[in-house]
Amino acid sequence: MKTLLRPAISLFVLLSALTGIAYPLAVTGIAHLAFPDQAAGSLILQDGKPVGSRLIGQNFSDPAHFWGRPSATAPQPYNAGASSGSNLGPLNPALTDAVKARIATLRAADPANHAPIPADLVTASASGLDPHISPAAATWQASRVARARGLPEAEVTKLIDAHTAGRQWGVFGAPRVNVLELNLALDALKH
Amino acid sequence: MTSHAWLLLGTFLAILLLTAKPLGIYIANAMEGRLRAVRPLENLVYRLCGIRADEETGWLRYALALLIFNALGVVAVYGLQRLQAVLPLNPQQMAAVAPDSAFNTAVSFVTNTNWQGYGGESTMGYLVQMLGLGVQNFLSAATGIAVVFALIRGIARHSTATVGNAWVDLTRATIWVLLPLSVLMALFLAGQGVIQNFSPYQDVTTVETTHYDAPRLDASGQPLKDAKGNALTDPAETRVQTLPMGPVASQEAIKMLGTNGGGFFNANSGHPYENPTPLTDFVQMLAIFLIPAALCVSFGRLVGDSRQGWAVLAAMTLMFVLAAWAAMNFEQQGNPQLAALGVDQSASAQQAGGNMEGKETRFGIADSALFATITTAASCGAVNAMHDSFTPLGGLVPLVNMQLGEVVFGGVGTGLYGMLVFAILAVFIAGLMIGRTPEYLGKKIEAYEMKMSSIAILVTPLLVLLGTALAVMAEAGRAGIANPGAHGFSEILYALTSAANNNGSAFAGLSANTPIYNVLLAVAMWFGRFGVIVPVLAMAGSLAAKKRIPTGAGTMPTHGPLFVTLLIGTVLLVGLLNYVPALALGPVVEHLMLWLGA
Repeated sequence: MKTLLRPAISLFVLLSALTGIAYPLAVTGIAHLAFPDQAAGSLILQDGKPVGSRLIGQNFSDPAHFWGRPSATAPQPYNAGASSGSNLGPLNPALTDAVKARIATLRAADPANHAPIPADLVTASASGLDPHISPAAATWQASRVARARGLPEAEVTKLIDAHTAGRQWGVFGAPRVNVLELNLALDALKH
Repeated sequence: MTSHAWLLLGTFLAILLLTAKPLGIYIANAMEGRLRAVRPLENLVYRLCGIRADEETGWLRYALALLIFNALGVVAVYGLQRLQAVLPLNPQQMAAVAPDSAFNTAVSFVTNTNWQGYGGESTMGYLVQMLGLGVQNFLSAATGIAVVFALIRGIARHSTATVGNAWVDLTRATIWVLLPLSVLMALFLAGQGVIQNFSPYQDVTTVETTHYDAPRLDASGQPLKDAKGNALTDPAETRVQTLPMGPVASQEAIKMLGTNGGGFFNANSGHPYENPTPLTDFVQMLAIFLIPAALCVSFGRLVGDSRQGWAVLAAMTLMFVLAAWAAMNFEQQGNPQLAALGVDQSASAQQAGGNMEGKETRFGIADSALFATITTAASCGAVNAMHDSFTPLGGLVPLVNMQLGEVVFGGVGTGLYGMLVFAILAVFIAGLMIGRTPEYLGKKIEAYEMKMSSIAILVTPLLVLLGTALAVMAEAGRAGIANPGAHGFSEILYALTSAANNNGSAFAGLSANTPIYNVLLAVAMWFGRFGVIVPVLAMAGSLAAKKRIPTGAGTMPTHGPLFVTLLIGTVLLVGLLNYVPALALGPVVEHLMLWLGA
């Protein structure tokens, strides 16, 4: 037994120091030099103050802003300190009730819009922090945002196009629009 | 399935199979000590630890070494969690983790399960993440690689009493296989936006003010409820968003490469700070299968017939394509209940469509369903979408993947040794059919090998089905269910399946951070891991001791399409016989209710 314990303990300590301390410290050091912005959270600064991260979504409910995915984080939506999905099953009445309520809110904010609502605009994301919506979901909201801002719809649509990313390299992921960046661009139009 | 989904699957398989050969050869060389240039460094490790690198042992001593090494891991991870309040690198001042949760998490990370009953960003400080959980990400994967090399040696050698040196195997797997790959991947992820720092959480002032209902708490911080049991709330508002920070990229890399799957954050690879772009998502999927696929090539090389490795890889690939097709297809079909409300779930150039509940926009349907298939085919358990919100049959795919024993690529090491056990069962069944003594790669398969492979194959279904029955019967077990009806049963079945097969993914609605689940799942994880490893090592020892018999006219070739078919048939048959009744009660009933509108 003793011939097993000595190597077990010393190898455990040595490999722990290597993989648990040296490795993360080395990666942090290199990342800090090579990718300082990304390693620190891809923060968006305005007048030197952080107003958000390009990667983390925020809650929007003003008709003059584009709205993001519904968020299931608690207690408030887009709580970045407690990422979470809804975990509602497809048959759960709570899911259909929630979707009904979201449809009602979207329709009430834009009664003249009779187009079917894109799925991602009424379903909660995996993280509750999804920074994106689909281009379809952005286009669906263009008329509301244009009216609330007194802008021609074409100008809003142009802004959506400018913030639309296609599939990465044509193969990976899905087309998407970054909601926070789009809204910051909208707000910048005013000035 | 959309044409994009086929393109994605094709690209994935092409890159995976191209990397398998060079990496497989490298791993074989590293594990057999053929990397001469690094020999002095390795010898230094052995000298420091008092290891006699040239001394090999029999299977029993090898198994004991692994058990002691892993038990040390449980003690260390448990201790770090319990002491985290007084340890450094904890800027958020996280409190000590509760004993039952800390025990569950310790067993979970040591057994390569990485089941998570806690939310990472609200529970674990940076030191526990890297020195506790991160270390086990490496060492549990190294344990898997060590075991599969012991088994391969057992098959490749003859008339000998030894299967290798556990310390040497652990050292080489960690330092020459897992660590270099992790460094490369961590830096790639950091460049793409995965955070890597030791800063306290970052407050930002959001564009809009968020109005919400805050739960009313009593003096001890527990939420108050009214007479009807509804939570009491007060209207509240905030313009502050607290962004979590931490050394994520380094953790993320080994989480995928070691098929561990324990997320730094609660939302795992669905969290934008763990998995920010479609490209990082693709690389993460690739990383899960990278080593398991390469090990098949290492196997072929070490038994001196590379066709043997390719045959195993072919069987894995065929089953994988079938599973991936099913998951992507059913998720793209969407949810008929939402279609009835007029929601647009069609796929187009403008949106992914399909069942988007619990999925991220940047991944859409295809990349989410493919990720779910890969993470459960392997014993990874990382998720980029919430499996609990999958369609019934879309969610059945991950469940069945795990129930087949995670041999479709499978975990690092575990997948291949699991598949080799099935290969031995397959030649046994073939032997029975034609009335000849079964043999595999020149070794006679006899009663002892069949006993060991039966234990290895049956121990997980036993844990899953008995565990599920126990949880369903107990009041405390049913209390954890989040979704009503058949789906609630699926949540429990999924939890036990995931734990006993050391996967770690979840139908996460289940409230599993309770004493009953923490203990039940910890037991399932430990025995699901070592209840397989010990008989596999015993078999390695017995095969190593056998004489090699020459190939004769009656030897069934184990590299052709006939054997591949037989192997797939064996895996499917054993899996289905074990689990069809339980599956019928969960996802199958739910599917019928969803589409027939009960």
